Amino acid sequence: MEHLVEQALVAAPHKRLVWQLGKVVRVVPETSRTKTLVLEVPDWPQHQPGQHLDVRLTAEDGYQAQRSYSVGSPPEDKHVAITVERLEDGEVSPYLTDELDIGDELELRGPIGGYFTWQASQGGPLLLVAGGSGVVPLMAMIRHRAAAGREVPARLLYSSRTFEDIIYREELDQLAQDPGLEVFHTLTRSQPEGWAGHRRRIDSTLLEEVAWPSQQQPHIFICGPTRLVEAVATTLTELGHDPARVKTERFGPSGG
Amino acid sequence: MSFISRGFKGRRRQEGISGRVPPGQYVTEDFPVLSAGPTPQTPLSTWTFTINGEVDAPKSWTWEEFRALPNETITKDIHCVTKWSKLDTVWQGVSLDVLLSEVDFGVDYLTAYCDGGYTTNLPIEDVTDGKAWVVYGFDGQPLAPEHGGPARLLVPHLYFWKSAKWVRGLELTRDDTPGFWESLGYHDYGDPWREQRYQGD
Ligand SMILES: Cc1cc2nc3c(=O)[nH]c(=O)nc-3n(C[C@H](O)[C@H](O)[C@H](O)COP(=O)(O)OP(=O)(O)OC[C@H]3O[C@@H](n4cnc5c(N)ncnc54)[C@H](O)[C@@H]3O)c2cc1C
Repeated sequence: MEHLVEQALVAAPHKRLVWQLGKVVRVVPETSRTKTLVLEVPDWPQHQPGQHLDVRLTAEDGYQAQRSYSVGSPPEDKHVAITVERLEDGEVSPYLTDELDIGDELELRGPIGGYFTWQASQGGPLLLVAGGSGVVPLMAMIRHRAAAGREVPARLLYSSRTFEDIIYREELDQLAQDPGLEVFHTLTRSQPEGWAGHRRRIDSTLLEEVAWPSQQQPHIFICGPTRLVEAVATTLTELGHDPARVKTERFGPSGG
Repeated sequence: MSFISRGFKGRRRQEGISGRVPPGQYVTEDFPVLSAGPTPQTPLSTWTFTINGEVDAPKSWTWEEFRALPNETITKDIHCVTKWSKLDTVWQGVSLDVLLSEVDFGVDYLTAYCDGGYTTNLPIEDVTDGKAWVVYGFDGQPLAPEHGGPARLLVPHLYFWKSAKWVRGLELTRDDTPGFWESLGYHDYGDPWREQRYQGD
């Protein structure tokens, strides 16, 4: 597992991350609880798929709150998109989903994080496992894969509570017309009539069915609530995947 | 910069804890988990803790030997760079003062190394005089694997990535050598009160 360290050492030198203003140019409702904010950020250094940014909100009396959000757009896009899930009693997410509108500005800095990243040039196969809004950084990879036009075989295993909770559903359907990308949904709480996808939490049988065998050495990225991330990462290691190829990200509090 | 987020009010901190929460942090009751990869599984029968590098003679403990060292229960606030802080967390473990007193050295830095390949760098000044521990208990229970069990570093006055999970040893070094997150753009020192999150902060 020396890899973990080697990968860290090849990372590029770092410039100071400064706060800057992004302007909301588009708001896309994704599900009843999530929205995508498309931002125009004049000095955005190109990010790598999987990276995140920090948002800082300032009230009139100077009070501030900061949170992290994954970039969902690929580096090829001229705008930077984040997708935010509204947490009922949250401090920041309801502001982003309910209050912020086209033309508003948002203070942010990034891109941040250089480990949970994938570039098409790294090749594949690519195995992505998401729970809920954990799909956001993985979507950046999927969109980048499509934009880069590389024929890297990729699979997404995506767990949502209900059909309505699936983020980016239509875009995923479209992208999956490319035979190189396979999307597997599982719905853990309820399923619409005639649902042909999976209907349980991601377990070892499901992973064995969907994942490439360890001999093919897929690059693996897992993002979502802690319980899902822990279970999937452990199971994949048990199935023989090299822990150095299993990269994880968790989103925070009870989720994380 | 005096940018105001239109319409943002925010949740004010509760009275009494404001002096305990560094800038840009919020208090959580949960215990979030953060790590870059799978949780390593090391059986206690093969677990050791080692101090090596620039020391006269390296020193190593087995799990049994380690558990027999004098330990203490510590109550501390912890601060994660992903913005959460958790107050009054209760840990049990061995002070680094106890561990470092077992080796002779004349250098100023160390790199903590872990199962899974994770590393982090620290000035020795920051881990002596009651400032750091190797802990194996949390809230009166054995430390859970996802939180770094069987044992992790605890350096509560720095951002929590410095409190390396699954720690297996300390390599004493002459120079400050960036560890895992430090090489990926995170700050070399990581003082939450000065908001040293990323390189250049
Ligand atoms: C690297 C990184 C990337 C992230 N990317 C995204 C992203 O792409 N999209 C996104 O929506 N979020 C993302 N998050 C999470 C985000 O940073 C915030 O934590 C989240 O929006 C909640 O903030 P809040 O202020 O609304 O809630 P808070 O005020 O912080 O919390 C409100 C309440 O909700 C609870 N809570 C907090 N988080 C959750 C949760 N996940 N599930 C259930 N309850 C919870 C808290 O315990 C608290 O009781 C990311 C986090 C990290 C660290």
